[in-house]
Formats: sequence, C-alpha cells, structure tokens
Amino acid sequence: MSKIVMNRRKLLTIGSVAGSSALLSGCDAFDGMLKGNSPVRNFMESTANGLSFRVQRLLIGGHALAQEFTEADIRQPMRPNGITQPEDDTYKALSGSNFADYRLQVSGLVQKPLALSLTELMAMPSRTQITRHDCVEGWSCIAKWTGVPLSHVLDLAVVKSDARYIVFHCLDTIERSLSGEVKYYESIDLVDARHPQTILAYGMNDERLPVANGAPLRVRVERQLGYKMAKYIRAIEIVNDLSQFGAGKGGYWEDRGYEWYAGI
Amino acid sequence: MKDSENGAETKAPAGKLIYKQTLPTRLTHWIWAFSLFFLLLSGLQIFNAHPALYIGDQSGFAFDNAVLRIGGERTPDAGRRGFVELFGTKFDTSGWLGLYRDDNGIIQNRAFPGWMTIPSFYDLATGRVVHFFFAWIFAITLVTWLAASLLSGHLTRDILPRWRDIRALPRDLADHARLRFHHKREYNVLQKLSYAGVLLVLMPLMIATGLAMSPGFNAAAPWLADILGGRQTARTIHFVVMLLLVGFFVIHIVMVLAAGPINELRSIITGWYRTDAAEKKEH
Repeated sequence: MSKIVMNRRKLLTIGSVAGSSALLSGCDAFDGMLKGNSPVRNFMESTANGLSFRVQRLLIGGHALAQEFTEADIRQPMRPNGITQPEDDTYKALSGSNFADYRLQVSGLVQKPLALSLTELMAMPSRTQITRHDCVEGWSCIAKWTGVPLSHVLDLAVVKSDARYIVFHCLDTIERSLSGEVKYYESIDLVDARHPQTILAYGMNDERLPVANGAPLRVRVERQLGYKMAKYIRAIEIVNDLSQFGAGKGGYWEDRGYEWYAGI
Repeated sequence: MKDSENGAETKAPAGKLIYKQTLPTRLTHWIWAFSLFFLLLSGLQIFNAHPALYIGDQSGFAFDNAVLRIGGERTPDAGRRGFVELFGTKFDTSGWLGLYRDDNGIIQNRAFPGWMTIPSFYDLATGRVVHFFFAWIFAITLVTWLAASLLSGHLTRDILPRWRDIRALPRDLADHARLRFHHKREYNVLQKLSYAGVLLVLMPLMIATGLAMSPGFNAAAPWLADILGGRQTARTIHFVVMLLLVGFFVIHIVMVLAAGPINELRSIITGWYRTDAAEKKEH
C-alpha cells in the first residue's frame, strides 16, 4: 500500500516539477495570443493603460509639476534618440538656412490658424526647466530646456470648444517601407497641452536646440515618457479625434503597440 | 523504501487533518504566483530594451554610474561572446546572458534569452502591456490583502514573528538544516520571517520602486524616487528585489518538496493539512 502511495507521490512530484519547467521554458506559448492586435493584448492594454491614465490624472490633474533639478544635475550632453539627422529634403533645406524659412503651422480646430517663425516663437513668453527625460527603454538623462509654453500658442490661435487633442506633425521620416515613407507624429490631450511645463523647446542646455535633439522645435511633455516628446515639429493640429492619423492610435509608436498614455 | 523520498513526512505518524489555509490565503497565494510569473518574464523583456543598471537619477552616458551591464561583444579573435559586467568586472556568459542561439540556430544579441521573456521575441511594447496588466492585479491584491490581514488579525497572529518565535530560531534553523520538519497549524519562525519579508518588505518595495520609475507618478510624489536614491537607483532596486523574489521562489519550492509536497500542495489548494500525530514535547 505504502509503495503505491510513494509511487504516486513520486510521480506527482516529478510531474509538477516538469510541468513548471515546461511552463518556464515555453514562453513562446504566449507569443501567439499577444501578437499585434490580438484580443488578449488589446484587453490587457486597454484595461491597464486606462486604469493607469485615470488614476494618474486623479493624482496629478492638470497642474502637478514634474520634478525639476539643478544646474549641478546636468552632468552630460542630452542623449538623443530616434532620428538624429533627418535626411528629408525639406528638412535639409530648412536647416541649411539655419531655419530662417521655418514656419510652425498651427491649424485645425482653432479660430485663428497661425504660421510662426522661430524669431516670433523666441520673442514669446518663455519657460526654462531642468528636467529628467525618461526613455521608454529605461534610461534617464537630465537636461535644461527652454521654450514657449504650448498653452500660450494655443491661446493665440484660440482653440475651439470641441477640441480634444493636439497632434504634432514632424519633419523627419522615421521609417521607409514598401508602402511609402512614414513621418513621425505624436499627440497629447488638452490637459497635458495646457500643463505649465509643456513647452515648445527651441533651446537646450543654454544653447540653440541641436539637430540631434529635434531642432528647430520639439515638445516637452514632462510627465510622460520620451516618445511623446516629438522632435522636428512642422505643424500642430488641433483635433477632436485621432483615428484619421497613421494607424489611428495617436502616434508613430502607438501605431506599433506602445501605449498612448505614457505616464508609466 | 519508506524513507527514500519524503523522509520528513513519513517519519512522524500521520496526525489529523486540519483546515490550515483559509480561502483568502489560498486565493491570494495563487493570484500572486500567477501574476509574478508574468511580471518576471515581461520584466526581463523590458530590461532587454536597455540592459544596464545605474545608481542615481540618471543613466551615465558621459560618465560611469553603472553597476550592471549585460551585453554581447566581439572578441579579439573575431568571435562573439555574451557578458555580464558587475561593478566593472566582466564575466563570460555566452549562451545564457548577452548572447544566445535561438531555436532557428541564429545567434541573438540579447541580455535575457528568448526562453526567459514574454514575448519570446524582442517586443518592448508588448512586454510593457503584459507587465502593467499584471502589476495592477498584483498591487490590488496586495493592498487588499494587507488591509484585510491587519483588520482580521491574520498578520499579527500568523505572520509577524513573536518573541517566543525568535527564541526558537536557533532550534528551528537546526531542524531545517537536518530537513526535519514539524507539521503544525502555525508557521515556524523561518516561515514567518520569510513570509513577512516577502509580503511586507519585498512586495511593497517592488511596487514602490515600480511607481518611482513612472514619470506621471513622479509628478505626484517626487519624494518617492528621492528616498529610493533617484529613478535609476529605483530601477536597480526593482531588479535586485526581482532576484530576491526568484531566490525566495526556489527555496520555497525546495521546502515544499522536502516537507512533503502532497500535504503542502493540498493545504494551499484545498486548505486541508495533515499535522504530525503526537504533539509530543519538544526534545
């Protein structure tokens, strides 16, 4: 009798150990259900990211500021990421003349569409902040940013009441595929757009914004991850729906599976 | 034969079955086990996006504040190798970390190999989706359990070691070393210490260091990253706590196997646990 029990015990022991190691080494077992637009992945993303978004908005609302640092914390050049030298003809022409012909287009759900030169932008009220840039990859880098608050530009253009999002259209081509060139784009909602630290930066570490970091103009969205902070901004479009752009997820990386709300 | 496998369990004559693990204990145990499995493998996927750990607020690119790097590199003889660099000392980890051969025979440059990550291919976006989904489940379960255990007295009654537990520590250590296990209603002091360490220190620390990495949460509570030594230190602690939890898991499984897997598994599945027969006075 005890012999049978022992054998069954042994079998169960071996079975459970083998079972858990199969589970451990069989991670590709989950690949299928997590690929692309699978329902499992969509469910996980919308639940968790929706929860993170709502809870963080509850905690930080529209006004809580991102942590700011001191001059002593600027210990290295700002690490550039993504495109660092746009090869587009339009961009090369603009940078060739030191962005003298650059105009930031502001359009969409506004009463007064604008076309602003760098000189005009730099004459506007400015904000300078030393903040920590957190990349989705996991690294951080501290730098000083100077620019015009986005809210100021939005007020000049007079945003219509049905507006919900700001879309940043960029000059740089991030991907060349068979279906054509894909330009970088991003979007934030009006709460983040009107946040005091959300600036259109033309200066970095007391100098003109370098090409690698997004010259002539990039946005800083300090309470979210780096990929939200579009570089080489060509135009700002104020909209109430994001589905008309790219694959409809609100940004280049969002169209490739990253969360639209990147506060986490 | 009797003493071959489960010495400890067969040595003492079987006593009566008791209802040891309540439903909330069993439920939370399995929710945590399940979510920690996915958190670990998706976490390693996320780590692969930037396989280096630092001390401070930022990552040193123009200065060196890295404590750990995992990567692949070319060797002088034109070969390739994987390495782990810990506090400036490099170890060759080819095949395991930094470099591995995938199922198709292709050598991949990756900190943690595909069989350790979810998904098995490089996909930071999906790693994050899986990680945060289970992070919410994990955190909500932990907060609920903490509140309920404080209110019900479970925490002070069953988990926090008391003075007499501490006094029993040397003997309990000796018993564990000899794989002599006592099957009782109460946890022994080593169990209490490790469960309290995991539930009250490691798991809350995991959530705190995770939140300290969130730029949104950072705006709400910048002090959290500060007391943890900065965002990148928090990320390093997050990784170290992961290693400690994996270590706990290994010991936990070894102890279950050594103390009698059937009895232990039954108690964490059904709640029913067979105690040792005679409550004879300790020698």
